[in-house]
Amino acid sequence: MDVRERGVLITGASRGLGAALAEELAGQGARLALVARGEAALDQVVRAIRARGGEAHAIAADVGAKDEVYAIAGAAAALVGEVDLVVHNASELGAVPLALLADTACEDLERVLAVNLIGPFRLTKALVGPMLLRGRGLVVHVSSDAATAAYPRWGAYGASKAAVDHVARIWAAELAGTGVRFLTVDPGEMDTAMHAAAVPDADRRSLARPEAVARALAGMIRDDAIPNGARLEAAAWGARR
Amino acid sequence: MIAASWPRGDPRTTRLLAVDPRRASLVDGTIGDLRALLRPHDLLVVNDAATLPASLCGLTESGLPVEIRLAGDRGDGSWRAVLLGAGDWRTRTENRPPPPALREGETLRFDGLRATVTEVDEAAPRLVSLAFDARGAALWRALYRAGRPVQYAHAAGPVALWQVQTAYAARPWAAEAPSAGFALTWDLLLDLRRRGVGIARVTGAAGLSTTGDEELDVRLPFAERYEVPEETVLAIGSARERGGRVVAVGPSVARALETAAARGGGRLAPGQGTTSLLLGPGFRCRVVDGILTGVHDPGTSHFRLLEAFADRALLERAHAFAEARGYRGHEFGDAILLLGRRRRPAVGRRRDGARVG
Repeated sequence: MDVRERGVLITGASRGLGAALAEELAGQGARLALVARGEAALDQVVRAIRARGGEAHAIAADVGAKDEVYAIAGAAAALVGEVDLVVHNASELGAVPLALLADTACEDLERVLAVNLIGPFRLTKALVGPMLLRGRGLVVHVSSDAATAAYPRWGAYGASKAAVDHVARIWAAELAGTGVRFLTVDPGEMDTAMHAAAVPDADRRSLARPEAVARALAGMIRDDAIPNGARLEAAAWGARR
Repeated sequence: MIAASWPRGDPRTTRLLAVDPRRASLVDGTIGDLRALLRPHDLLVVNDAATLPASLCGLTESGLPVEIRLAGDRGDGSWRAVLLGAGDWRTRTENRPPPPALREGETLRFDGLRATVTEVDEAAPRLVSLAFDARGAALWRALYRAGRPVQYAHAAGPVALWQVQTAYAARPWAAEAPSAGFALTWDLLLDLRRRGVGIARVTGAAGLSTTGDEELDVRLPFAERYEVPEETVLAIGSARERGGRVVAVGPSVARALETAAARGGGRLAPGQGTTSLLLGPGFRCRVVDGILTGVHDPGTSHFRLLEAFADRALLERAHAFAEARGYRGHEFGDAILLLGRRRRPAVGRRRDGARVG
């Protein structure tokens, strides 16, 4: 999808991969509705994009809160018009330091599922209808290798991402042929605040820069030949191109 | 007719009364019967406006409670709004105390938002124009935080914004939900598409259905903003060329399409506009062949607009039939389809065959 002049919604856009992707797509002429809980950080991202002549709007909201999802979808449509691309990037790790499942509070698992699974599902539901009417749209879920590998202490997060992967596959199967496509992306290990919270003693030099992953992600978004429902790894994709 | 008091959990259970105005026939069924009632090349046109959080409760400068109901974005940064006095939706609108008298320049305070009265209607002081103190993303965030959907006393409890959205809601333009579309699931819409029925859209700012003031109610419906996209104009042209029928989902769709056609001198053109068109007895549609909409009582403006599609005697019979069979009325209720088996002869079709409608 060529994002020029297109309405794009990115969640978790105040930092890390979300902010880097917002910058990248703004540079390509996208009209951005950016969502995050942290209003001050989000406003900063919006200001930086506008300073470079891009279009971005800050919607401070919690994807995991039921009553905020239609506010997000409605505000985005009011501000950028037709939302043709949504990137579900916001994620919740759960309690840190990461805990064994035996020590994970059920409420923590519920919160992780609310932000990582139910929230994106609600938001997709709110945005996919107009996409289906128009016969075009792209929904990108940001996943993780924790969705496929059973990493100890990543139980809540990993389970939520595994569920996201499968929900995305079923969305893609159900809406095949409608012009609305679904992609799932494993961004790999990135040098972000979330990674630092999860793995405080990681060697940061071994981690990918969010800007590089954002460029790979933007490449996937641009490539209409990627099959509907595909799950891609940013590292492999970036290396190939 | 008994009003449905709560949003339906499963839209597939919506009952559908299919009325053929030419044969004067009535068939009792469910919404899924559209699969049989619509045929290849027919076109269903929905209203993709999302429902606004149009009701905001606040205080005047002198601290008096006031509820505003946004009746439409005027496009110049100000909004038309209807004022109501103390209380909320639990009190029937006509029984609400009158709103405090406001003057131009007065400020209203809401949770996280202020509005200045920029205009007070001369004939109806509860009809005002307001300018909010926020713009862009800040305005929308504040509206969604402070506002609630407009609802009425027949509802069993407070309705959440997500409960009054259609399955395809896009830009938040509608003061009240375009509720004729509540019955439509994507399962049904995609199935219709697979069967060769087109699905197209207009955006229509469906307005308030009552103001609480009898004299002002006479002026309803207020002018509505609409947009007809080019792809819809093309889809309508293509449907008609193949003998398909154009079915409006809800009155706002019919008003928008008929207004857009009238503006073009009979030729439907894409674009935005404002419509004050009143459908009703004697109105001859140029574009729309039938309508899918809610069930409303005789005497209401909604009932009168149906007279553009069927005569009153048949509509009254249909209403009595639906009531006797337990249909429910109002926005969360059941549905009625007014559609002839064949497309009615095109109004404005010239002898030489050139389409002008």
